[in-house]
Amino acid sequence: MSTSLTEETKVTDAAVSTRLSSLDTLESEAIHIIREVVAEFEKPALLFSGGKDSVVMLHLATKAFWPGKVPFPVLHVDTGHNFPEVIDFRDRTVERLGLKLVVGSVQEFIDRGELAERADGTRNPLQTVPLLDAIQQNRFDAVFGGGRRDEDKARAKERILSLRDEFGQWDPRNQRPELWNLYNGRHTVGQHVRAFPISNWTELDIWRYIERENIELPGLYYAHEREVFARDGMWRAVGEVSQPRPDEQVITKTVRYRTVGDMSCTGAVESNAYTVSDVVVEVAASTLTERGATRADDRISEAAMEDRKKDGYF
Amino acid sequence: MTTEAVLPADLETALPTTLFRFATAGSVDDGKSTLVGRLLHDSKAILADQLDAVARTSADRGFGGDKGGIDLALLTDGLRAEREQGITIDVAYRYFATDQRSFILADCPGHVQYTKNTVTGASTADAVVVLIDARKGVLEQTRRHLSVLQLLRVAHVIVAVNKIDLVDFSESVFRGIEADVQQVGRELGLGSDGISDLLVIPVSALDGDNVVERSERTPWYTGPALLEVLETLPAADELESHLESFRFPVQLVVRPQGALAPDAVAAGLDVEAYRDYRAYAGQITEGSVKVGDQVSVLTPGQSPRTTTVVGIDFAGASLQEAAAPQSVAIRLADEFDVARGDTIAAAGTVREASADLYAALCWLSPKPLREGQKVLVKHGTRTVQAMVRSVSGKLDLATFKLEGASSLELNDIGHAQLRLAAPLPLENYLHHRRTGAFLVIDPLDGNTLAAGLVKDHPGDHEDERYSI
Repeated sequence: MSTSLTEETKVTDAAVSTRLSSLDTLESEAIHIIREVVAEFEKPALLFSGGKDSVVMLHLATKAFWPGKVPFPVLHVDTGHNFPEVIDFRDRTVERLGLKLVVGSVQEFIDRGELAERADGTRNPLQTVPLLDAIQQNRFDAVFGGGRRDEDKARAKERILSLRDEFGQWDPRNQRPELWNLYNGRHTVGQHVRAFPISNWTELDIWRYIERENIELPGLYYAHEREVFARDGMWRAVGEVSQPRPDEQVITKTVRYRTVGDMSCTGAVESNAYTVSDVVVEVAASTLTERGATRADDRISEAAMEDRKKDGYF
Repeated sequence: MTTEAVLPADLETALPTTLFRFATAGSVDDGKSTLVGRLLHDSKAILADQLDAVARTSADRGFGGDKGGIDLALLTDGLRAEREQGITIDVAYRYFATDQRSFILADCPGHVQYTKNTVTGASTADAVVVLIDARKGVLEQTRRHLSVLQLLRVAHVIVAVNKIDLVDFSESVFRGIEADVQQVGRELGLGSDGISDLLVIPVSALDGDNVVERSERTPWYTGPALLEVLETLPAADELESHLESFRFPVQLVVRPQGALAPDAVAAGLDVEAYRDYRAYAGQITEGSVKVGDQVSVLTPGQSPRTTTVVGIDFAGASLQEAAAPQSVAIRLADEFDVARGDTIAAAGTVREASADLYAALCWLSPKPLREGQKVLVKHGTRTVQAMVRSVSGKLDLATFKLEGASSLELNDIGHAQLRLAAPLPLENYLHHRRTGAFLVIDPLDGNTLAAGLVKDHPGDHEDERYSI
């Protein structure tokens, strides 16, 4: 062990290609994490809702394993209140990539009396039970999510590999330190790990990446005309599960969605961003956070996301 | 309800081009939260709904008295679990961008478990900003922080002398602290070892002096403002990608054997040509590689095998060369049996794998380290069993001296010798920030016990200017 070869750090004369762009650096980091999880876990799955973050996750997975197939199934927790065009997009994507789709259904749990509809009608918080059930039934030991740390202050403190106990709970006070690019995914029977490879991406990074990579998204992310009504300071779409009250007036507006959750809690924003480059410009100039602008579920309390995560949410 | 699209005049030129990671470290009440809040606020990373919430809370708490104003520290207010206990639990990551760069900020709390948090934040940081209260000067805590940063080989250390407004923007106070910092730096080798640099800046986080803009109230300071520094320092990747010692820990073998991606096939992929495709996927940890380069494949327990790189692939693109930190897939001329855990390296630049591991350990667990203990060591893409042979001392971070010790406890940094169940291609952390780093893991519950930094064997040539 005493050769002098490694004693000094030598610099090459040949100039290496210029520094990677921030998107390339984030992409390389995410692909490294996806490959680590696939290499170290028995049975990973990827949460796929058809939302932009999960679409980017799936795109990164196809790049990580090219020219091979993505080596894990996708998991969707269907609230029963999803936008039909998003479900259609989900099914087309799964077929295009030859993936297996596992669906956990909130409706089935309600029908069996194992979950109760909430007074405010939103079903997003109800996803936790079907999610944990699907993880257990399928024996998934790692579940990829598209969570980003810029979304919320609870997410800002969550690890890239986040250990969950048999109840799916996140314990913020008992997290493993995450050092260098060495991820510790060890877990015991009953535990599983949530993996967040795009933790370090911002909303704007996501959109710039979608633009650069020419990634297809459900159409409702772009400006379109829709019948909406105002509630809780947001434009809500008129749909089967989202009906205006007598005092709420329905009007037609040009809107788009910044986040896609279930119809009962996701609001649209007025927008003329018809193309991905329009959206990049709009997001760059936006004065509101995406969750603050469009998610009723995060307005329930200041610690809404923290509470949901501790209970096993995404 | 509306998202107003006010178009920046030159969005194209305004695109952030590179990524820079930095961490903040400080003692209690030195204004770190305010500094972080100021950076986020002045770089316009705070959006209206976040600012409204902070303004409401500031008013509720009577911040600024009659003058009012916004308590910027609230911008980094944490979880409810933390507010309830009045503590900051651990590192929080924050994001902002300027025209030059996108920043990832690891905000490390100062008081509870500062070593654990600083080690975690610094392990991925290109730079670390250490805060000092201008009224207090260099404290023991400052010495400890600088010591940890030197140990972790952080390339750029920036000391922000905060609350300069509270000492009436006094040049002599600043110069005194600056001299003390430089003295500690010399004792540690920080800033004078050719690896790191050390910079001292007078700031007022509360008023914004020298944070984003240079201040007129410190005319005697002619250096750059903090953000200017962060925008121009070279990132660690930039430095590491130019090293001669190409290193590539293999994560997995890409070998579809006919199970090709349907979307790639639909896009015209030649199915016959890819029937026997075999490539090694991983992320380059340092240096660069070109097609045609001679490389060694390091498999523990075998002598290095030399071959030639015949292809560098990334998602359908064939690259001529690639550099750290790119994730790629490499094809080799010879059909060796290469697997996860092996390392591909520039031929002739690696020393033999070793089962004897000498290391500095930053102990991060409430469970203490004992001699004779069995642990797991995770190095690169390989995890092996190990036994702790001996603890040779622990570091007094205030004096930088190694004291006798036979165990290590939470937040201790010490030296230990481990015996590995299989040899690993260990490299000195001093020169290899990735391949010289490892985790110590508890085999019982899987928790991370320590951050490990590989040292040369005692007796080997080593720079002994400082004790760690």
